[in-house]
Amino acid sequence: MLDFHLILSSLPLYASGLLVTFELLLIALALGLLLAVPLALMRVSRSPLVNFPAWLYTYVIRGTPMLVQLFLLYYGLAQFDVIRDSFMWPYFSSATFCACLAFAINTSAYTSEILAGSLKATPPGEIEAARAMGMSRAQLYRRILLPSAMRRALPQYSNEVIMMLHTTSLASLVTLIDLTGAARTISSQYYMPFEAFITAGLFYLVLTVGLVRLFKYAELRWLAHLTPRKH
Amino acid sequence: MLQGYGPIIVEGAWLTLTLALCSMALAILLGLTGAALRLSPLRWLANLGDAYATLIRGIPDLVLILLIFYGGQDLVNRIAPSLGYTAYIDINPFVAGVFTMGFIFGAYLSETFRGAFMAIAKGQAEAGAAYGMSGAQVFLRILVPQMIRFAIPGFTNNWLVLTKATALISVVGLQDMMFKAKNAADATREPFTFYLAVAGLYLLLTSVSLLLLRAVEKRYSAGVRTAEI
Repeated sequence: MLDFHLILSSLPLYASGLLVTFELLLIALALGLLLAVPLALMRVSRSPLVNFPAWLYTYVIRGTPMLVQLFLLYYGLAQFDVIRDSFMWPYFSSATFCACLAFAINTSAYTSEILAGSLKATPPGEIEAARAMGMSRAQLYRRILLPSAMRRALPQYSNEVIMMLHTTSLASLVTLIDLTGAARTISSQYYMPFEAFITAGLFYLVLTVGLVRLFKYAELRWLAHLTPRKH
Repeated sequence: MLQGYGPIIVEGAWLTLTLALCSMALAILLGLTGAALRLSPLRWLANLGDAYATLIRGIPDLVLILLIFYGGQDLVNRIAPSLGYTAYIDINPFVAGVFTMGFIFGAYLSETFRGAFMAIAKGQAEAGAAYGMSGAQVFLRILVPQMIRFAIPGFTNNWLVLTKATALISVVGLQDMMFKAKNAADATREPFTFYLAVAGLYLLLTSVSLLLLRAVEKRYSAGVRTAEI
């Protein structure tokens, strides 16, 4: 009853979709992390003037669906002549650019909250020791707080990366042919939705399991100091 | 500002809320079943529960929605003729949406509930048994009320993700607020206005949910000692 012959012959399309998914994921994560570090530093600030804008940003982004954010950027901005006439238009009219930007903004909000939580959970002794060594504030952040917080954020960050992998599937709704887009193309071409989507699902499942493994390995490497004693 | 589309979008918002609530009800049922399976001493039952949680959580919501909605419809119509049913079966998007979201978030909730059950001190269930309660009584009177307190933070998170994920059901034609906003955006050529309005409504929904669930958490934490640092 199920026919996987056509799926086998469409594997090249899935493969090119896989590349697009990877590209979106890597760009979104890299940009997102870049944005998340300053945001997290703002979120741990005691000054409300610094803290509030970052809080508002993460609250709004985390309180609205990714789909709405993506549509606002890709379809929404075209409404304004100012943007259509500006030098930015070639970028904002590109689905790849908008998808990467929307995903990066989204993940930056979640990642900054993870990082801020991790920063706040720094053992007081680490900070006191750094001060006792005479480190400046910048040195304290660069040498002690950030490296230590980023390591401790790894388990939660691995969840965020997997969520992000799944989020990239929304790119198929703004004309991109990622893994999900490939499945949608094949589904409508041969009218075999079941086979087409189950194949895409399997690809994502393998990628998810791979990412979980990768992060387990990363935790072994960078969180070795926090693992319980074996004997 | 919304050019008369306001009431239509609010109508869609109502459908979004109904969809989210119905899906959550189903998800809680499936989540409890999943958690019970995963905590079962019987190996094959535990494996079944694990497989459900791992499979669903490893695949994007959108792919599952497309798979269940289009794939499910296709499969039903391929099987039906062999059972002597020849008319084309059209699945209602709302029913499909509830089943899809319920099925997906049941997997996430099974993880939340499993962790919450495991956080209850073992002595609690033992004390119940010592009082002569049956297994079902221990479960309903002792474990579930305490599990709720441990599960609320995870549950809040699951609920927020679910409400936001309902936007994806508009892709398969359910006329929720996202769908209505898209229609209004196409008709008026003002997409930003309408998507922003819908974003505001989602934010309202998540904010109210947060406040309500915080109150519930307070209610279920009555009598729990906390220490200020």
